Amino acid sequence: MAFNYDKYLRLEKMPTLWCWGCGDGVILKAFVRAIDKLGVSRDDVCVVSGIGCSGRFSSYVDFNTVHTTHGRTVAFATGIKLVNPDKYVICVAGDGDALAIGGNHTIHGCRRNIDITMIVINNFIYGLTNSQTSPTTPQGMWTVSQKSGNIDPTFNATDLAIASGASFVARETMLDPKKLEKVFVKALEHKGFAFLDIMSNCHINLGRKNKMNSAMENLKWIESITIPKKKWDELPEEEKLNKFPTGILKEDTNAREYCDLYKEVIAFHQGKRKTITQDDFEKKI
Amino acid sequence: MASKKREVVSSGNELAALAARDAGCKFFGGYPITPSSEVMHEMSDLMPEVGGVCIQMEDEIAGVAAAIGAGMAGVRTMTATSGPGISLKAENLGLAQMAEVPLVVVNVMRGGPSTGLPTRVSQGDVRQAKNPSHGDYRSITLCAGNLEECYTEVVRAFNLADRFMQPVFVLTDETIGHMHGKAMLPTEEEVKAGIVPRKTFDGAPEDYRPYECAPDQPAVLNPMFKGYRYHFTGLHHDAKGFPTEEIETCRKLIQRLEDKVMMHADEIELNEEFMLDDMTGEKGEILIIAYGSVSLAAKEAIRHLRAQGIKAGLFRPITLWPSPATSIKKYTDMIKNVLCVELNIRQYTEEVERVSQRLDIEGLYKVNGRAISPYEIVNKVKEVF
Repeated sequence: MAFNYDKYLRLEKMPTLWCWGCGDGVILKAFVRAIDKLGVSRDDVCVVSGIGCSGRFSSYVDFNTVHTTHGRTVAFATGIKLVNPDKYVICVAGDGDALAIGGNHTIHGCRRNIDITMIVINNFIYGLTNSQTSPTTPQGMWTVSQKSGNIDPTFNATDLAIASGASFVARETMLDPKKLEKVFVKALEHKGFAFLDIMSNCHINLGRKNKMNSAMENLKWIESITIPKKKWDELPEEEKLNKFPTGILKEDTNAREYCDLYKEVIAFHQGKRKTITQDDFEKKI
Repeated sequence: MASKKREVVSSGNELAALAARDAGCKFFGGYPITPSSEVMHEMSDLMPEVGGVCIQMEDEIAGVAAAIGAGMAGVRTMTATSGPGISLKAENLGLAQMAEVPLVVVNVMRGGPSTGLPTRVSQGDVRQAKNPSHGDYRSITLCAGNLEECYTEVVRAFNLADRFMQPVFVLTDETIGHMHGKAMLPTEEEVKAGIVPRKTFDGAPEDYRPYECAPDQPAVLNPMFKGYRYHFTGLHHDAKGFPTEEIETCRKLIQRLEDKVMMHADEIELNEEFMLDDMTGEKGEILIIAYGSVSLAAKEAIRHLRAQGIKAGLFRPITLWPSPATSIKKYTDMIKNVLCVELNIRQYTEEVERVSQRLDIEGLYKVNGRAISPYEIVNKVKEVF
C-alpha cells in the first residue's frame, strides 16, 4: 500500500514553494517515512531549519518546528536539545547555511557530539537567491557572483564533519529515496551528532547555466560524481579525484554524547559524584 | 515592599547570576567576554545545581541562539555579554523580537565602539539597547544602579520577558559588575512568590493560535513537545506562526509588536526620585538626570551641593526603554536647570530633549573609560548654572 504522508504534512501549506523537480520534496518525503518507521510521536520531534530553499522544510512538516536565522540551526537546536534530551531534534540546512555562514556551528555541533541529526541539503549553489557561489560549488562552474567561472575550492562536507568529531557521518543523494529513508532511520537512531550530506539538484539555478538544463541532467551529473563507499574503498587514489563516496562513512557508537556528559556535570554540582577528570575519558587530548 | 531581607557579600555580576537562578532560569548560553564573564562563571555552578544547563558556546551568536532555542522550548533562559557581544547577537535578538521568545540579556557595558576599552566602564550601549537589530519593535531595557539592582532588575527582567514575550535587556556596567560589597536582597521565597510565568493555552491543540491575540497583547507560546505543534519563524507570520505576505496580517503583526509594549509602558516604568520631593520650581533648583552606576556619584554630588545650599535632586530612570516620558517631562517642566550625566555622549540626553521639548539641557559626558566622580558633577553644576 502506498505510504500516506498526510498525517505528517501541513497540507494547508501545499503546494510547496520549491521549483518543479526540486530534490527538497524527495528528501522531505524520505524523512517523513523514516520518522514513521521509527514510530515516533509527532509531538516528540523538533525540526529546526535555516535560511534558503531548505529553510522552508520546517514549515511543511507537522512537528514542533523552528525556522531560524541563516546558518544558526545547530546553535538553536543545541538549546532545544539540552533542555529536552529525550526528544528528537533535527536540523535541516542548505550547503550555504551549514558550511559557509554557519560553518562554525556545524563544526562545534560535531565536536560536542550532541544528539542532533543534521541534514544538509547540498545542491551546490545558493538557489533561493539566484545562483551565487556556495562552498560546495565545483570550481569552474558558472555562478552569478563569479560569471567568469568559480575559482573557490570545493568543500567536502563529510570530511569536515568527520574531522570535527561527529560520531555518525553519511552521504546520500536524492536519486535513491529508499536509501535516503534508510540512512535517515540510522541517523535518527544513532545517539550522537549525525551529519548527513544529502546531494540534491538545483537545475534551475545551478543546472541551466552549467549545461544541465533539466532535473534529470542535473541528477545524472550527481550520479557521475558519487560512488558507493564499498566501491570507493577499492579505488586507487587517482580515480577518487572529483568523486564523493556515498553511504555511511563513519559510525562510532562509543563516542560520549553531550547531553549524557552534561548529566555528569549536574551530578557533580548536586554532590553525587567527584569532579570530572581526564580518567573519565578514553581520549584524553 | 520587601519585608524580609537577606544580606550577601557579592559582586554585581555574581548577583545577576544569583537572581537568574532565584527567578527560575534553567538555561544559560554564553561566550567569554570582559567584563561580563563572571556572570557565566557563576551560572556554570548555579544552573547544574538546580538541574538546569549552562553552556559556553562557540561564539556570541551561538550563545544567544542556544538561549533562544531553550526559550522556544519553554524554559526561562538568559545570556550575558558586553557591547561587542550584543553587536554579534543582534540578528538573533531580532528573531526573538519577531517570534516573541522571552529571554533575559545582561549587558555589562564597557568602552566602545569596537573592541574599545574592554576593562573600563562606559554607558555607550544605551542607544544600541533601544534598537540592537533591524526593523520595528520596542526594546525593554532596564538599568541597574547599584549592587542590589543587579539582582532585583534581573528578577524583574525575567517576569517582564514572560509578560511581554520578548527579550529584556538589563544594562549594568564594568563599575557595577565588578563592584564587590554588601547587598540586601529580597529572600528567595519572596522572589519565587513573585514569579509570573508566561501564559499558556490549555484548550484543544486544533484551536491553538499562538499569534492570534489582542492588538496590544503578546503571543501565547506553549512549551514544545506538549502536543501543540506550531511554527517559529523570523518571517512575517500568521496566527499559527506560518510565513505570510498577506498585507493586513503583516501590518497588524508589526503594529502589535509596537503596541504590546508602548500601550503598557506603565507596567514597565520604574524610576528613583532622589531629593526631588521638596522641589517647587523656584529659581536656582537643579535637576540631575542620571542612571546606572553614574547615579551613585550623582547622589553623592547632590549631598555636597545641598550642604552648600544648592537645592539639587536626582531623577533616575531604572527602566531606560521605553523611556519614562511623562515622569521626565513633569520634572523638566518644573525645574529650569537640568543636567544630564552620562558615560557616553548624549545618548540619553537626546531622549530627555525629545520628551521635554527643551534644547537647553546641560550635559556632563565622559568617554575615557573612567567613572565620573561626585566632584566633577559638583563642579559642572557650579560652572553651568
